[in-house]
Amino acid sequence: MQVIANAIKKRALELLADGTVARVLGWQPGEQQSDWSPALFESADDMKDFVYGKYAGANLSKTCLKFNKAEGKTLVVLKPCDALSFNQLLKEHRLNRDKFYIIGAGCKGMEDENGLLLKCQCCKGKTFEVFDEVIDDEESRRLPPSDRFEQVARLEKMTHQERFDFWRSELSRCIRCNACRNVCPACTCQKCVFDNPDSGVAAKANTTDFEENMFHIIRAFHVAGRCTDCGECSRVCPQHIPLHLLNRKFIKDIDELYGDYQAGIGEEERTPLTTYTKTDADPGVVHERGNE
Amino acid sequence: MPVTEKNWTPKIVAFCCNWCSYAGADLAGSGRLSYPADIKIIRVPCSCRVNPLFILRAFERGADGVIICGCHPGDCHYTSGNYYARRRMTLLFSMLDYLGIERGRTRVEWVSAAEGGKFSNTMNEFARTITELGENRKLGDLRCK
Repeated sequence: MQVIANAIKKRALELLADGTVARVLGWQPGEQQSDWSPALFESADDMKDFVYGKYAGANLSKTCLKFNKAEGKTLVVLKPCDALSFNQLLKEHRLNRDKFYIIGAGCKGMEDENGLLLKCQCCKGKTFEVFDEVIDDEESRRLPPSDRFEQVARLEKMTHQERFDFWRSELSRCIRCNACRNVCPACTCQKCVFDNPDSGVAAKANTTDFEENMFHIIRAFHVAGRCTDCGECSRVCPQHIPLHLLNRKFIKDIDELYGDYQAGIGEEERTPLTTYTKTDADPGVVHERGNE
Repeated sequence: MPVTEKNWTPKIVAFCCNWCSYAGADLAGSGRLSYPADIKIIRVPCSCRVNPLFILRAFERGADGVIICGCHPGDCHYTSGNYYARRRMTLLFSMLDYLGIERGRTRVEWVSAAEGGKFSNTMNEFARTITELGENRKLGDLRCK
């Protein structure tokens, strides 16, 4: 990884020097040893803090939104799964491709203090959907075998009461910090249903009790079909709620009912929930599936 | 009065599309076909108007079952509304099942304005299913035990 990191740093310095890019979006060491934070570097001098390696788990695509209208190009370092989120934002016309210079960075699985990140335990792929250049090596191109939907399938096999109790015990730990929403690259609405601009307290008070009560279901549904399964929601959750299992359930259903679909791939395709075919399954299909 | 087995009756919310199912319900009425009084009909312009939040809201407020009725696929007054509703509801019902709300409590039926009989049968049958399933789990604040 150090070789890749050095190569990226060298290339970034070159591009900064010749004026191709005005700034670099990457990572710098955070407060904790295993948690590197997204950071902006505007000069060669700044770049001495630049790091890339096994703790660079944060997805920088959403941060790009801030530099959409900035002067000059922004160099952004994206891992393969981040590139999917970036491309999904391009598809939604939220980002301007001309404003970014993308370095695809080879990834061998990211870690935090508890070992391999949840999202990296079932890696979705090593190809870059969008890039200007790729810096990787042989090892970072190897896809580790994994079953992405194993946990979802295990939950599906439980009885309704067990599932209800499972989710109740998981979700009841929520402290309503909204970190999952703030980090999600699919949650980019300028006006969010969970915000109340009049509240005066960081604008994150509940709009209505109801919307807050159902926060996790509503959020999962809002990003259904657009979620690239980047796993940031679970990564940032201070309470370790497995939020990705909600998103992944939608992805599994979409794959099974409407054909395999990976958000963030392609250029123009519409998401499964904004299109239809005349031969779609009726909602009654839900009754026939499942194991109970 | 506490809810006991004896006096419990299911609370069922039916979203009916203005152009087909609501007229179908009307036809059932003028044809003197009966359906259970536990079913509360809410008229919507199109089955596609049913925001998934409506269904969550119904369950939150204590509904035991929710049924959505719309025009048959291909017959939508707005050409394609029910096709979108079909995908949306399939995914939502599957998610509710995943969260512990039984599949039987949610249903989508296509009822045309000429199908008073089908409306009455569907509603009777749905009410029977819900009665068998019994009272719903309270889908209150998911973040409190």
